[in-house]
Amino acid sequence: MAMLKVPVTSEDHAQGPDSAEVTLVEYGDYECPHCGRAYPIVKRVQKHFGKRLRLVFRNFPLGELHPHAEAAAETAEFAGAHGKFWEMHDLLYENQERLGGHPFLGLAEELELAATALRQALEDGEFEARVRGDFMGGVRSGVNGTPTFFINGRRHDGPFDFESLVTAIKAAMSAAKSAAKA
Amino acid sequence: MTHSSTTATPTDLNPAASEEASISLGRLLAAGVVAPNFTLNVTPDQTLSLHDLRGRPVILAFYPADWSPVCGDQMGLYNEILPEFQKFRAELLGLSVDGPWCHRAFAEARRLHFPLLSDFEPKGAIARQYGAYRAAEGVCERALFVIDKSGIITWSYCSPIAVNPGADGILEALEDLAK
Repeated sequence: MAMLKVPVTSEDHAQGPDSAEVTLVEYGDYECPHCGRAYPIVKRVQKHFGKRLRLVFRNFPLGELHPHAEAAAETAEFAGAHGKFWEMHDLLYENQERLGGHPFLGLAEELELAATALRQALEDGEFEARVRGDFMGGVRSGVNGTPTFFINGRRHDGPFDFESLVTAIKAAMSAAKSAAKA
Repeated sequence: MTHSSTTATPTDLNPAASEEASISLGRLLAAGVVAPNFTLNVTPDQTLSLHDLRGRPVILAFYPADWSPVCGDQMGLYNEILPEFQKFRAELLGLSVDGPWCHRAFAEARRLHFPLLSDFEPKGAIARQYGAYRAAEGVCERALFVIDKSGIITWSYCSPIAVNPGADGILEALEDLAK
């Protein structure tokens, strides 16, 4: 069973409290259609569990397969540096079919971020190391495609439809409870 | 059984064991064993021999079939990680029973930058030698081998057929070689 090798820290992009019973880590690619399909499902899962769940998103762009995935990941990191990571994360997935048209500067403006600064950051590769760091940490943890989920550090090898994720997260919650008792 | 595996488990009187053997045709070659040499087509008109790669580590990735429907499948993932393998001067070879024309189309479609070898005729002969053939389905296992620069297997792993094993095991094995 593959385990998450890079622990979640304050450097990560997280939604939900640190004290949540379960942390769901997603390694994703903004241009991957499977990740696009997972995006609304994960939102539903978050709503379902509320504060009992913390979601962490890490970059895993498959650049050979998805030529715009790297720029998308760096755009989200740029937004993150300005406190708007999740807003951009959501916008990118909601505009997934447009990524081929390189809409990143427009999306930045939509979030009132400076498009010129983003253009510069993409040109300079300012967030390349961060994205590559996520990617290699994922490889070391046994990420084997996108999306790959880890539930409390264990790779989720099953399907990622709503019911399957909820069942797996509930199982992790009970496991955490019985471990706390022991 | 008419296979040529050198390390197949003897078909003893244990029915369960022989049943298992008939599924996987023997055990995966393990660390310490000399990697059997092979010469296979890498394009419709070119062959490649394992011997030719002596002097550097080699990764063999047997897989069931080209055109797996998932995004970021096993070969696609390794394609993204090639620069990491190259840091160890390691050569990655993908192997399946698909023919060279099929491999060519697959490699072009997925923009793969490493050789895919065709264990095509006689079908699966090399996979059988490595204990990585599934006779029932007629495809290779999802099996990984890391071979050192002198041609000895130092690590091998067979993944459940439906589970992409990722690359973490390969990278750890390459690191161990470099120690």
